[in-house]
Amino acid sequence: MKKTINIALVGVGGQGTLLASEVISRAAMLAGSDVKKSEVHGMAQRGGSVVSQVRIGEKVYSPLIPEGETHFLVSFELLESLRYADTVAPEGVALINRQNIIPVTVSSGQQQWVDDIEDRISRAYSNHRIINGLDIARELGNIRTVNMIMTGALSKSLEIPAEAWQQAISELVPAKHREVNDKAFAAGRDLQ
Amino acid sequence: MVNNKKFLSGNEAIAHAAFRAGCKVAAAYPGTPSTEILENVSKFKSHIYCEWSVNEKVAMEVVIGASFAGVRTLTAMKHVGLNVAADPLMTFSYLGANGGMVIISADDPGMHSSQNEQDNRFFARFAKVPLLEPADSQEAYDMTVEAFAISEEYKTPIIVRMTTRTSHASGIVDLGDFTPMPPNGLTYVKDIEKTVPVPVFARKMRVKVEERTEALRQFAEKSPLNRIERGSNDIGIITSGVTYEYVKEVFPEASVLKLGFTNPLPKDLIKNFAQSVTKLYIIEELDPFLDEQIRAMGIVVQDYATQLNMGELNPLRMEQLRVEILGGTAPVIVSKGVGDGLPARPPVLCAGCGHRSVFRALSNLGVTVTGDIGCYSLGAFKPLESMDTIVCMGASVGNAFGFEKAGYNNKVAAVLGDSTFFHSGITGLLNIVYNKGISTVIVVDNRTTAMTGHQDNPGTGRTLMGEPTKQISVEQVAKGVGVDRVRVIDCYDVAEVEKVLKEELETAEPSLIVAKRPCVLGARIAVTRQFVIDLDACKGCRKCLKLGCPALEIGEADPEKPKLRKVKVNPVLCAGCGMCNQICEYGAVKENVLQEAGR
Repeated sequence: MKKTINIALVGVGGQGTLLASEVISRAAMLAGSDVKKSEVHGMAQRGGSVVSQVRIGEKVYSPLIPEGETHFLVSFELLESLRYADTVAPEGVALINRQNIIPVTVSSGQQQWVDDIEDRISRAYSNHRIINGLDIARELGNIRTVNMIMTGALSKSLEIPAEAWQQAISELVPAKHREVNDKAFAAGRDLQ
Repeated sequence: MVNNKKFLSGNEAIAHAAFRAGCKVAAAYPGTPSTEILENVSKFKSHIYCEWSVNEKVAMEVVIGASFAGVRTLTAMKHVGLNVAADPLMTFSYLGANGGMVIISADDPGMHSSQNEQDNRFFARFAKVPLLEPADSQEAYDMTVEAFAISEEYKTPIIVRMTTRTSHASGIVDLGDFTPMPPNGLTYVKDIEKTVPVPVFARKMRVKVEERTEALRQFAEKSPLNRIERGSNDIGIITSGVTYEYVKEVFPEASVLKLGFTNPLPKDLIKNFAQSVTKLYIIEELDPFLDEQIRAMGIVVQDYATQLNMGELNPLRMEQLRVEILGGTAPVIVSKGVGDGLPARPPVLCAGCGHRSVFRALSNLGVTVTGDIGCYSLGAFKPLESMDTIVCMGASVGNAFGFEKAGYNNKVAAVLGDSTFFHSGITGLLNIVYNKGISTVIVVDNRTTAMTGHQDNPGTGRTLMGEPTKQISVEQVAKGVGVDRVRVIDCYDVAEVEKVLKEELETAEPSLIVAKRPCVLGARIAVTRQFVIDLDACKGCRKCLKLGCPALEIGEADPEKPKLRKVKVNPVLCAGCGMCNQICEYGAVKENVLQEAGR
């Protein structure tokens, strides 16, 4: 990969965005690229909005993606895909998991939910795909594998060989969860 | 040589460096963004003794002791942690290190998870100790290994200053020969002229500190930690830390003096670089640490109007600076116009968090609450809104007492967590007893250091080495410092919590309430029951929503009565605490015992 590829993973604390970004980074490294990843830990993880950034290229300096230059937005939740819309390049691709997680600001009645999320997604991203990740994860028997499904869906767009992905997952996912995560990754990768 | 490349965060890289450098003792108190350093050092616990100290000052004192004894040693803390540990640091600088001693200060520009964004590079100048500023994970590794060597050679503690974007950014690190370096062969040899800073000896030490600083300056002039990357001579940039990465990204044509060793500054190197370029700029994150010193050397530095001294830097801010000094057009971020009116998603207390009932009670009782540092700072926000102040670790206790002595006309309670109580709440409590206060202190005791990711503390019964240890009880400590009224309550008993708080707020003597429930996130407690709303019984009063529980949501509107929106429980999130069940006046929240325990 000559040109630096910028990937932002967004979601809600607890959805596994950090593991997904680690798998992507590790796979890119195994494929021989330079990689930088940046994220924020701490209080945001208590159900807050989270974002993790991965940059892959021949030589990567900044750990942060320049504003408006995200090539791939991987959103684990519908609302969050809108929050970061302006950071995505005009030709950027958005892969979005079809799942609503209601923030407490809405459930407690302080703020209103937005009812036209999918319309707004269509307006924001000429190139987007909404993936029924939660449904697929349920079929696989583990709703915590949405992150690997989304990673699998992204993997087709990156010049990283399948073996590198497999090795990255095997290095990062504990043995007892390996099989279901491998399946989840494959399910995402095989989406038509 | 074998390929020894790993993908590591800056914090992981530092832990690897500690192993490589032959570090023997490591001590820290958790704090974002520094926490993962000791967590990762503990993976090398067969080589390195490591501990969660009770606070940063103690951590600093432990590693100073280890340095006295001659071993290589490391402590790590967030920027504000170094305030707590500043006292031993300032004087140990005079005494000087025996075994190599490295202090990692992890600063948080932009305050992602902190109460201020102080620039700890000033601590290095203040304490007159050397300072290294890695720009990425590879440098975090290399510089930390080098830091141990500098510390031993120049007999000084040394600060390695990280920031959120070096600590929590990851990159590829070549670990090279990843075996522990041989021991330094140093031992403790009694010599009170070197270790007892009574005035007569301290004055001699002070002179040596000055000599040491000059020797370090000479070292900095030649050290490869400072390097010039030659580009166009039209523009020269001096920078340090992660800012270097943004400079390289946005000013690829510039000549760059990248400073890795930033205290004391290499004056000759800087002067020579300044002379070699037409226009010299200094670009740094947070305070003008380099800028003011370099200008004071009489070097002409270009001014610019783009403000960089507040908040975290990023490529966009660097682009704005580029446009100002080199012209061109600023990158235009075209809004896609889809972000209007999106509901915010702030962090919240988890479903099942015990803290919730305490804040509910405080809110009901109309108490003024002095708060503290931890997850419970989330109690300040809607809908609980029952925290008035936060200053620093342990401050809640002294703050409450100060309100009391000021003659403030409302009841005041201090709220702090178990780890924060052990960290620095105990002395404040002792002060209340000693000075005849009547303050009410509430320790929300979830038996972990939750916000930083569930580290052990004196209350957990386990050490960072993974060994069982004595479990310290908050109530016994309180009794030990002279508090006679100590009450223990179960956070899940909503009525009892409010009753006990009310009683203790009305007593005319100091009291401490331990509000107990293990952290639902940390303890990984199996969910054995959940709650559901009986829609026939629910009147849509939404009183339960005042708990701010993320598992409680407003349901769909009734087509016949669109204003009536009843509540529903999200079964993915409900942890079965039952607080909503207890406060519902209509008995609409029903218990549902799970056949198979969840989570």
